[in-house]
Amino acid sequence: MPTFVYMTRCDGCGMCVDICPSDIMHIDKTTRRAYNIEPNMCWECYSCVKACPHQAIDVRGYADFAPLGHSVRVLREEEKGTIAWRIKFRNGTEKNFLSPITTKPWGRDIPQLAEQPEPSNEMRDSQLLFNEPKYIRMDEGDLHTFESNGLKMKEGVYY
Amino acid sequence: MAYNTVVEDNIDILVAGAGLGGTGAAFEARYWGKNKKIVIAEKANIDRSGAVAQGLYAINCYMGTRWGENNPEDHVRYARNDLMGMVREDLLFDMARHVDSTVHMFEEWGLPLMKDPDTGAFLREGKWQIMIHGESYKPIVAEAAKKSADKVYNRVCVTHLLMDEAKENRIAGAVGFNVRTGDYHVFKSKTVVVGAGGASNIFKPRSVGEGAGRVWYAPWSSGSAYALLINAGAKMTQMENRIVLARFKDGYGPVGAYFLHLKTYTQNGLGEEYESKWYENTKEIVGSYIDHHPTPTCLRNHAFINEVNAGRGPIHMVTMEAFQDPHLEEVGWENFLGMTVGQAVLWAATDVDPKYENPELTTSEPYVMGSHATGCGAWCSGPEDLSPPEYFWGYNRMMTIEGLFGAGDAVGGTPHAFSSGSFTEGRLSAKAACKYIDDGKGEGIVVSETQLNRLKEEIYKPMEHYRIFRNEITAGSVNPNYINPRQGLDRLQKLMDEYGGGVTVSYMTNENLLNIGLKKMKIMEEDLEKLAAEDLHELLRAWELKHRHRTSECVLQHTLFRKETRWPGYYYRGDAMKLDDENWHVLTVSRRDPKTGEYTLEKAPCYHLVGEDE
Repeated sequence: MPTFVYMTRCDGCGMCVDICPSDIMHIDKTTRRAYNIEPNMCWECYSCVKACPHQAIDVRGYADFAPLGHSVRVLREEEKGTIAWRIKFRNGTEKNFLSPITTKPWGRDIPQLAEQPEPSNEMRDSQLLFNEPKYIRMDEGDLHTFESNGLKMKEGVYY
Repeated sequence: MAYNTVVEDNIDILVAGAGLGGTGAAFEARYWGKNKKIVIAEKANIDRSGAVAQGLYAINCYMGTRWGENNPEDHVRYARNDLMGMVREDLLFDMARHVDSTVHMFEEWGLPLMKDPDTGAFLREGKWQIMIHGESYKPIVAEAAKKSADKVYNRVCVTHLLMDEAKENRIAGAVGFNVRTGDYHVFKSKTVVVGAGGASNIFKPRSVGEGAGRVWYAPWSSGSAYALLINAGAKMTQMENRIVLARFKDGYGPVGAYFLHLKTYTQNGLGEEYESKWYENTKEIVGSYIDHHPTPTCLRNHAFINEVNAGRGPIHMVTMEAFQDPHLEEVGWENFLGMTVGQAVLWAATDVDPKYENPELTTSEPYVMGSHATGCGAWCSGPEDLSPPEYFWGYNRMMTIEGLFGAGDAVGGTPHAFSSGSFTEGRLSAKAACKYIDDGKGEGIVVSETQLNRLKEEIYKPMEHYRIFRNEITAGSVNPNYINPRQGLDRLQKLMDEYGGGVTVSYMTNENLLNIGLKKMKIMEEDLEKLAAEDLHELLRAWELKHRHRTSECVLQHTLFRKETRWPGYYYRGDAMKLDDENWHVLTVSRRDPKTGEYTLEKAPCYHLVGEDE
């Protein structure tokens, strides 16, 4: 389902060019609008469709196995923290879905690690990562080791 | 060609490729290296790059130790069982003991994880999987990486690692080019964490024409996780261990939630259960491994492939029962919309409503990667408190080149890391890299202009080659002096398919075929010197092809070395159709000499945790 761009909606802003993971959304030099330059390297990931401020990008199922007459449209709203999908079948059946994309205001709760207190030398020499041992076990104990879990490793086939 | 050279000097930690592994590394590095210079080079845009660009509907690696669900050793047993024993248990245990802290951080950052209303624990899809609304998984972790990094270079494709000229076998950074401006980028760095991706599109895909992009793993996964390392002379492990996926036909929509959460199941074209029919046949190849639970992924594939070849296809997923429940129906659809929209499009296009019809499944073309049910990658050191001497040389996740670290697909012998495990491996790498620098191991790196100029010339050669020979012909793409990246990719895929065990030969190969394949691969390498790129986009494709080619060559070398059929259902060695624990219960390790291009292969011991019976 490679992407394509509607002529009357695209204003050539380049948001799709900027986001496409496959580098296949380019601006056509004549029409000054975006288009998919390499449909057989399109993963139908919808990154460009979601990023387009004018809903100018859509997809049409891969010609080698998908019949015409279907549509899967999406609206991703970062401020609302939701994504809405509308699926239309070839036979007219329609299905709608709405999902959350985040539970927090965008980026707010991601820590700035530069501002965290300097880890001690003891921590540096331990196996702990940032914020550990929080969340890694039921009690307040330390990281798991083979010793703590009564395990050893040996060579060969025996399990 | 007059492109600018942009030099970023005095980097402490360079992250090459920022998918889940790379973002984890960049994020964590800041905690252990408050004053260190952390730089990311990413060939696309970090907000939507890597295998998770599209989103994910599940986190497939979460222990739930704090809820009393699984301990790290349970994960080790699960992964080694699935991979027929061939794993690095030190690395698996290490990842598993940290991964829960990663997943809980994701929740704090705003990733919507579903909860079990009764217990408050994360909602389980299966024993290891939890369900999420992960459309924005990648933008969220990218945000974390951006907060930690000094600089993010988007659209810079890393083509080569730089080697130190003061000390042998030590890393000195990386080089690449900007896909938009064409600038030559030089990153001089004390350490490099390779977070690049595994390889799709090296075996001929089942789809043709336009649909060639509908591969299971992202089409931009170009094997850079391997080629960068192999070309630098790092040791690789388990590169024969390619993966074949049983998925919804054509769209390659995921089946995990369907099997585990929706409790759908498979049957053949006659409506019969078929897996048990192949029990004796499988037992003949792999012995008691078929009695293990859960049945290893490859062995389930084996039954699937044989049932289809016996003429009783297609294999169907029985969805009609589960989809009568509106909640489960919603989960089924949102599962696709969250990570494989193409499958939803295909069903809409073909009027397949799984409520009224059981959709077809297929087995995919093979892929080379190291974070799903397969463990290709570099031979890395484990952590000092877990690893036996053969697996330990100073710094966790450091490869056999000093200062070179990896995460995700790049690390070998660590299947079933998935997204959360890859991010965790990135964090482990970053901490170890900081320690390496603090120990003074990265001091006094020398990179000569000669090395930089040689690489610059090599990078732009496809454009130069095009410029020289283009006007020899009137128009079109047929030229006696060059091939373009697409033509080269087609050749590689055909070659790997027919000689390396792809779909058209039902995943079968043997010593003769592999030797012919390797010979053709060498000749192809000569032709890759005559690769032509018309513009910067084609230059990107040219380097992706070169990386895929090198990865493929290593895959063939490893497949030739392991004289047994360890993973029937992933591939078959027709001349050694049995699993052979007496000779091959070992990990395969290779090294390509960067000077001569010759490979040396060796067996490394496979250590296991104490068995369940003890």
